Amino acid sequence: MLLEVEDLSVNYGVIQAVKGVSFKVNEGEIVSLIGANGAGKTTILKTISGLMKPSGGKIVYEGHEIQKQKSQKIVAGGISQVPEGRRIFAGLTVLENLQMGAFLRKDRDGLKKDYQEVFERFPVLRERKNQDAATLSGGEQQMLAMGRALTAKPKLLLMDEPSMGLAPIFINEIFDIIQAIKQQGTTVLLIEQNASKALAIADRGYVLATGNILMTGTGQELLANEDVQKAYLGG
Amino acid sequence: MKKNLKYNLTWLAIMVVGYVVINLLEFVGVIDQFGENTMVLIGINIILATGLNLIIGFSGQFSLGHAGFMAIGAYVCALITSSISTPMGMAIGMIAGAAVSALVALIVGIPTLRLDGDYLAIATMGVAEIIRIILNNLKITNGPAGLYNIPLLATWPVVYLMVCVTTLIIVNFIHSRDGRAVMSVRENEIASESMGVNTTKWKVLAFVIGAATAAIGGALHANYIQTIAPTDFGIMESINILIIVVLGGIGSITGTFVAAAVLGLLDMILQNFGTLRMVLYSLALILLMVFKPSGLLGTWEFSVRNLFNRFTKSKQKGDA
Repeated sequence: MLLEVEDLSVNYGVIQAVKGVSFKVNEGEIVSLIGANGAGKTTILKTISGLMKPSGGKIVYEGHEIQKQKSQKIVAGGISQVPEGRRIFAGLTVLENLQMGAFLRKDRDGLKKDYQEVFERFPVLRERKNQDAATLSGGEQQMLAMGRALTAKPKLLLMDEPSMGLAPIFINEIFDIIQAIKQQGTTVLLIEQNASKALAIADRGYVLATGNILMTGTGQELLANEDVQKAYLGG
Repeated sequence: MKKNLKYNLTWLAIMVVGYVVINLLEFVGVIDQFGENTMVLIGINIILATGLNLIIGFSGQFSLGHAGFMAIGAYVCALITSSISTPMGMAIGMIAGAAVSALVALIVGIPTLRLDGDYLAIATMGVAEIIRIILNNLKITNGPAGLYNIPLLATWPVVYLMVCVTTLIIVNFIHSRDGRAVMSVRENEIASESMGVNTTKWKVLAFVIGAATAAIGGALHANYIQTIAPTDFGIMESINILIIVVLGGIGSITGTFVAAAVLGLLDMILQNFGTLRMVLYSLALILLMVFKPSGLLGTWEFSVRNLFNRFTKSKQKGDA
């Protein structure tokens, strides 16, 4: 098991956003957390990557508890994040963005090869290598955010709503890329409102509502589930 | 590293050529003593403003306390050169001033850089005021009267050398991995943190380097003007430096150079207009800001690298 979240609670002031959530991510899986706005999805991701501190529970990564570690240490341990709303460094060039993704890496020689890999996966980024990231379209920015997270060579990639605000054609491409990333051996924890797509590519999924996990199963099971269809798939 | 060496050597060559050209012009008589005075003041302003541009333009933290760090450098260097009146003393004075200033910046930076925007501006302004008031009340700094008879050690070659040194250090810092980290904090603090960047550390580092640069500018100021008093380092001085940064373009070192030169020359030309000078000077600033709000050069940067790239590209085209 790569990541195990046990009875995790997170508060914003007096409001409890996450109320005792538990789930697991095995090595090599795509796991999707789906749920409506305000279900606590993003909060869970931020807590895993160390940007927020939990009020209770444990996060175990590769056998170590990481819930009290600083984000720098968590990133160095191999957890990388594609944040919600992309959050690229607009005033830096595309290449500089990728270099920031590799900020904590020590192996300078492997880096060049990895930039090439990112450029092969996202050819448009190679074309725009020396442009300011602000000049990219929304879909390209999402690709840059993913490329940036990949240059950190993560074992576990956390993705927060990669399809948000994108044209349908880009959404399909993004989900194809997520599958390709898994094929290469990177584990993915995906958070999405686009439940049908997120469940279709997931090995397992969890349905979240108001800070609790309602349901769990394989991606296909959840897709076929009537309640899930009614609540999240518009069925 | 090798690549950077090439660009740095090119810059060094440009700087040497610049020095020779200016000296030649002086020799021929195109630049007189008055012109040299202006150039020294422009040079000192460049040093002060590049440091502030690192803080404001590249790390994205607003500071209104630059004059405070300038004052530290001025006083430390003035005190040292008053007992060791040699170029060696000047060197020791600048290094000591920069060190003290960096230390103070470190101490105040760690708590204040957690603030942002207006709050940070007020906090840094307060720090500068505290420094000024301390200088106003210490025996060793001679209180409100200040220090005088400081030896004239900041001659034109020294100022020119220091402009080159501080600019090279800052530009290399900006183009390094550290500089990228600093800029990523400016662009998006949360994303930067999630890349594993310790955001506070890099903000403080940029602030400390900027403060050390301000101290060097202050040291040169003291040993050129030869008298300093706490009133020289009030909020107006911080604002004067800020004007250079904003006018040149926040985030453009080239812009800082151009703005410092333009303002220096403007000041010189307007000297004949008496009190009307300040009105014209302010009017020029207002007009510039109205018609070019991003500053003279925006974020554009003169880059030897791009020049090289363009050159090799056109050569390739010529070959084909």
